[in-house]
Amino acid sequence: MAEKNCFINENYLNYVKSISPKTNEKRSLFRAFWVGGFICCIGQGFRYLFELYLGLSGDELAAYVSMILIFIGSFLTGLGVYDRIGKYAGGGSIVPITGFANSVVSPSIEYRTEGYIYGVAAKMFTVAGPIIVFGIVGSVLVGLIYYGIYNIF
Amino acid sequence: MRTIFFKNKPVIICAKSIGGPKECAGDIGEFIDVKLKDDMLGEQTFEKAERQILYTAFSECLKSSGKTENDLDAILAGDLLDQIITATFATRNFKTGFLGLYNACATFTESLTLGSVLIDGGYMNNVMCGTSSHFSSAERQYRYPLELGCTRPPQSQWTVTGAGACILSNKGEGPKIVCSTVGRIVDFGVTDANNMGAAMAAAACDTLVTHFKETGLSPSDYDLIISGDLGTLGSRILKDLTWEKGWDIEAQHVDCGEMVYHIDEKDYQGGSGAGCSSMTFCSYFYKRLKEKKFKKILLMATGALLSSVSSQQGESIPGIAHAVSVEC
Repeated sequence: MAEKNCFINENYLNYVKSISPKTNEKRSLFRAFWVGGFICCIGQGFRYLFELYLGLSGDELAAYVSMILIFIGSFLTGLGVYDRIGKYAGGGSIVPITGFANSVVSPSIEYRTEGYIYGVAAKMFTVAGPIIVFGIVGSVLVGLIYYGIYNIF
Repeated sequence: MRTIFFKNKPVIICAKSIGGPKECAGDIGEFIDVKLKDDMLGEQTFEKAERQILYTAFSECLKSSGKTENDLDAILAGDLLDQIITATFATRNFKTGFLGLYNACATFTESLTLGSVLIDGGYMNNVMCGTSSHFSSAERQYRYPLELGCTRPPQSQWTVTGAGACILSNKGEGPKIVCSTVGRIVDFGVTDANNMGAAMAAAACDTLVTHFKETGLSPSDYDLIISGDLGTLGSRILKDLTWEKGWDIEAQHVDCGEMVYHIDEKDYQGGSGAGCSSMTFCSYFYKRLKEKKFKKILLMATGALLSSVSSQQGESIPGIAHAVSVEC
């Protein structure tokens, strides 16, 4: 393709960039901060409750808190509330584990019409899949670095 | 020469529109013929709902025209979904000929142009043109699941849930199609799939300038110059671009996408989708033309020819715009 990219008009792209509306960063950061922080506070609240009333501790306690937050995230997604929270809070509701639950449940609901196998099961991880892949790859790399440092020193 | 002048000006004998709840609550809501309370229409899937919307537009249009299915020679239709399944499935109950078209959101004026050619050439007597789109089915195909909690960037647009259909005939009463200018694919290298207004404005400018040059008309010869779904941002770019080329369309220009909702520019730039221009034209503009409130208008639907694959592969977005001149 000899003529590749010859149509690109840099002036036009710069002009478009200059007049396109910008995201209000201060507002987005503030909303993400308080909603994200609020979700974390709920998690911490459950942590105290489980510690106090169920006598849990350590990994078991962390697993219970994660489970209850995943349930809340999934449930609110099913009710059609979480996407509204997400629209308001942006990153504030994506980053916590409730956001992860939302990213698994929302495609499952959406692709239910294509059946359980090719719809729900196959499309369940279309949004969350990359997060899992990079999470695992990242933890392997960190593990290798840690292993190297631990053995050398 | 990209402008076609029709000798036996095809007549738009009737037009019907159908819109979802959000559209009916918008600025042109009162002009929409079939107002939906539920955008699912009792169907199980969004695709089936969109199909039902287009089918309703077709059957309502046919009913109100006083013609029968046997009088109709062909249906020219298109939509946004892969392999234009809405248009093909919605017309499978009709016994007429079918021509499926795809020019993204510019499909409506493409269908009017081709329909006019068929009638003007004497090949057919009555053809029906229509397009549809559905917010949820489009969102699912091009973007993310509906329930995913993500924010929409401020330059994005909202796909219209609705459809419009009209019947072109070689005789009858109604607004006439005088000429139409076929668009050219213009791509300046915009890659942001959320900023379709910017991708389409360049094509719209090209079509508009070509139209004025080839017809010898100027913007003031028209009561209105209507663009399809450029949105607020795209409309501003179009006005700037045509101004740069020496034509001032500020006084005549309106945008279907801009007028279809109560616009709040902070949220998004207006409506878009194949149903945007058809629904708006078949409701508000058609009724106004019949009342002779507008004498001569130029309808120019604009399309962003991207797919979810092309934008994921980092390709830029080619735009297209076809203009149709209608007078009563």
